[in-house]
Amino acid sequence: MPSTTISSYDEMLDAEGNVRPAYAGYREWYEAQSPKWLEKQGKNAEDVFRRTGITFNVYGEDAGQERLIPFDMIPRIITADEWKKLSRGIDQRVRALNAFLHDLYHKREIVKAGKLPERLLAQNEAFLPEMVGFTPPGGVYTHIVGIDLVRTGPDDFMVLEDNARTPSGVSYMLENRETMMAMFPDLFTKVAVQPVSDYPRALARSLAACAPPAAQGSDRPVLAVLTPGIFNSAYYEHAFLADQMGAELVEAGDLRVVDGRVCMRTTRGWRAIDVLYRRVDDNFLDPLTYNPDSMLGVAGIMDVYRSGGITIANAPGTGIADDKAIYSFMPEIVEFYTGEKPILKNVPTWRCSEADALAYVLDHLPELVVKEVHGSGGYGMLIGPTSSKGEIAAFEKKLRANPDNYIAQPTLSLSTVPIFTKAGLAPRHVDLRPFVLVSPHGINITPGGLTRVALKKGSLVVNSSQGGGTKDSWVLAE
Amino acid sequence: MLGRSAWGIFWMARYLERAENTARLLDAGFRMALTRGNTVASDEWRSVLVTLGMDDGYTGDMSGPAITNWLLRGAGNDGSVLSMMEAARTNARMVRTAITREVWEVTNESWMQLQSLLAKPVKEADLGHVLDVIRRQATSVRGAMEGTMLRNDIFNFARIGTHLERADNTARILDVKYHVLLPSAAWVGSRLDNAQWEMVLRSVAGERAFRWLHAGALDPKGIAQFLILDGRFPRSLTYCLRKLTSNMEWLCRDYHQETAAYLMQKEASDKLGKTTITDIFEHGLHEFITEFLATNRLVADAIAADYRFTE
Repeated sequence: MPSTTISSYDEMLDAEGNVRPAYAGYREWYEAQSPKWLEKQGKNAEDVFRRTGITFNVYGEDAGQERLIPFDMIPRIITADEWKKLSRGIDQRVRALNAFLHDLYHKREIVKAGKLPERLLAQNEAFLPEMVGFTPPGGVYTHIVGIDLVRTGPDDFMVLEDNARTPSGVSYMLENRETMMAMFPDLFTKVAVQPVSDYPRALARSLAACAPPAAQGSDRPVLAVLTPGIFNSAYYEHAFLADQMGAELVEAGDLRVVDGRVCMRTTRGWRAIDVLYRRVDDNFLDPLTYNPDSMLGVAGIMDVYRSGGITIANAPGTGIADDKAIYSFMPEIVEFYTGEKPILKNVPTWRCSEADALAYVLDHLPELVVKEVHGSGGYGMLIGPTSSKGEIAAFEKKLRANPDNYIAQPTLSLSTVPIFTKAGLAPRHVDLRPFVLVSPHGINITPGGLTRVALKKGSLVVNSSQGGGTKDSWVLAE
Repeated sequence: MLGRSAWGIFWMARYLERAENTARLLDAGFRMALTRGNTVASDEWRSVLVTLGMDDGYTGDMSGPAITNWLLRGAGNDGSVLSMMEAARTNARMVRTAITREVWEVTNESWMQLQSLLAKPVKEADLGHVLDVIRRQATSVRGAMEGTMLRNDIFNFARIGTHLERADNTARILDVKYHVLLPSAAWVGSRLDNAQWEMVLRSVAGERAFRWLHAGALDPKGIAQFLILDGRFPRSLTYCLRKLTSNMEWLCRDYHQETAAYLMQKEASDKLGKTTITDIFEHGLHEFITEFLATNRLVADAIAADYRFTE
């Protein structure tokens, strides 16, 4: 892949090469370390990840293989002030997402107000008719949200994507920090970093606060994490979170509806689950309601859900809110439900379903990023500036054949953070996924999140499935 | 806990125990080959295969290197040490939330280490080292379990798996070798007999214990008594049954429910407690072992049903 020539915001160094305040403390520590020793520590970290089994399974060619997501030891650092502003923006956005979901499945005020075209809902697979008129326990739709942010300047954070279904990666946020503290304990005594380790407890509390009517009165609702199984790419994370929360890690084969409750088969008999943190997609959740061939779901769970027998987190049908076609309306959505101006910007987006936009996109393909509306994981997209003429021509054909299926965005000059290389520090493009918990008691944002980094020089694709790595993400203490 | 988790931890423990036992058998066979002639050795290798129930699936030659490699890492051999460690690790991954981080890590590390150690055929010169590593791994996993796991139902299911598998293993070794242990007119304490007995003891790591208890003397009846009835020896049938009964009793107490499996097990254990070695020889050693193995299987099936291992 040819490298881009776009100039990017360097998060560590300013234009004169001076270290920015966020990195001052770290840089001082770093300069005092021997590169050889750091290199050795990096190798040790990899061994730790392997031993701990922090791996992800790869689908396709190397099916069944477990791989490590490369970890880079240079932290990504955000100051307390930057974070304050960011978290206000995230809080606002997540409030709007939940209000939007409730509205969509009830009165649809936003459509009536003419702020969102109805057809976007009608044609959308992520919209679930079964959810119409139903309010999830506690009124919470997106118990866990991952907001993907990119930075283009000192004060310019933009939302690239809202992950409102089953955002993954939080185990890397936690393990990366653990690894950093194990590798460089002295570093953490020199630079004060806001902790992330409370996340699993906060998650458990947050889920418990959304217990269904059937569990009212029990002081400890029964939580379980539903995984597709050990061959799923995120299995490690499912097991990790269940373990950290003290919740059972269940598979479809463990579950069955008994006496109007979803129960798990325990060594003592069937036991009802109050809150199910599911890591399977909507269309696999209930073979009676959705995909009849699904082996990953529980027959009848949707009926139990609607009758108040279980809480499903995230609620079914939340995918409509992170759809890329809906995404382009987020500024209107935020304003409509919060009555406030959006604090976080959207990336400018052309909806190829609109004739004017399509014409513009077709004229400017070499400079745009074009994505599938329902795609994820960095697949099926075109990055104009780094694609060959042939690739662009091939993509243009697909786009013309089915324009509704695409949106386009300018190629952003994602900010860079240095990674450790044998030749010293080298800037690489990054994004940031903070993790947000929603409960009836409020919104909890863990300071930091998951920084994904494109390890290849010049590359803008940070997805782990395409050669991206991760970094520990620091928010400095105040 | 989930029935599936109980099932997973039970099998994880069984696979670990079986991998270790296979290594011990190989070690005994290896030693036999080193100290005795080729004919004796190839008979011994055959009996190792029979003991493991793998004589049918084996098509290679009866030489030490061929058989050890088949048993350690044979392609397509589900019973190889490598396959079993992989199965143990897969089960551990499945029940990741039921075991401690230390138990998981040591299991995962063992598997990783074994994978690289067994990536290529093992040369005779390296066999001792490889077997040593496998034994150490088993010890480490056991140590992690002992030192870090809560003494709850999860732990007891793991121990049940271990003790069932171990009892099975000792019984199988006895079954294959029973003829060597029978009092026979032909017995004159030849070099060959001595070697056979030593092999039996070595394959259950009992040679040292036996020496201490019997002041160095080797006799077949004493060995049979030791392996079947000596409750002090951790691989004897009596020891395994007692432990098994107490693990199952624990579950019954904790669950406030006396299970069919427990009653069956308790009866078997009580019966063995009243049996003498003379009774066993009068009844027939082979018959005794056959019945023992059958009861073991029934108990295992009953546990799976009582505790809802599967639907």
